[in-house]
Amino acid sequence: MAKARVKAPKTAAAGELVTIKTLVNHKMESGRRKDGDGNFIPRKIINAFSATFGGESVVSATFEPAISTNPYFQFSFTVPSTGDLVMKWTDDDGSTVEKTKTITVA
Amino acid sequence: MSLTRRNALALGSAAFVVTLVPLHAFAASEKTMAVIKAFSGGAAVIDGGIDLTTPEIAENGNTVPVQFSAPGAKRVMILADGNPTPGVGTFNFGALGDASGSIRIRLAGTQDVVAIAEMADGSYVQVAKTVKVTIGGCGG
Repeated sequence: MAKARVKAPKTAAAGELVTIKTLVNHKMESGRRKDGDGNFIPRKIINAFSATFGGESVVSATFEPAISTNPYFQFSFTVPSTGDLVMKWTDDDGSTVEKTKTITVA
Repeated sequence: MSLTRRNALALGSAAFVVTLVPLHAFAASEKTMAVIKAFSGGAAVIDGGIDLTTPEIAENGNTVPVQFSAPGAKRVMILADGNPTPGVGTFNFGALGDASGSIRIRLAGTQDVVAIAEMADGSYVQVAKTVKVTIGGCGG
């Protein structure tokens, strides 16, 4: 399954708007490509992403095949206090990848 | 009103402006309209209110960077009007989330990229940007 990379600040001021950059290594097979014999290659994409901070929802997204290979997603949110940013990607085959980043409010 | 030379010119230029205006309005395909309708629940969608950044010309349709920012939005949907299926992604923002994001998308060819947002007050806004694509990104 895919490997996720996340760039997030380690520390932030309370109420600061931080930007998180995420990238997953994934082929995002659209289901429209054909193999050498002219058969469609079955669709296999990451269809959902969600991020929560301290249990509260930040963003949840659904992805369609029009999202590029190695899906990149950048988002921003306001950090209320020290907590864990938990990100989760869901594949078409049901498998998930999770990544947690702790942001400390000084 | 007698048709003097001055009047004729004024009429002519007014007619010219009228014919030009619809060209600038965004005309979505039927598929896209259906998706927008499903998203908004049939509510009226007003133009403007979203910051949508796309490249004017994308050399490679496989990865086209798209950035959106819709301050105060609860949900944002991105559509590619000229793709085999118009959907690209839908984003639901929680209480902490800032209604902005940046993604990379596939475009089959030169077309309009559309962003539709549901604002906190329940109204819907949309913005469309044309992207010229040199090489399409949908295989085939």
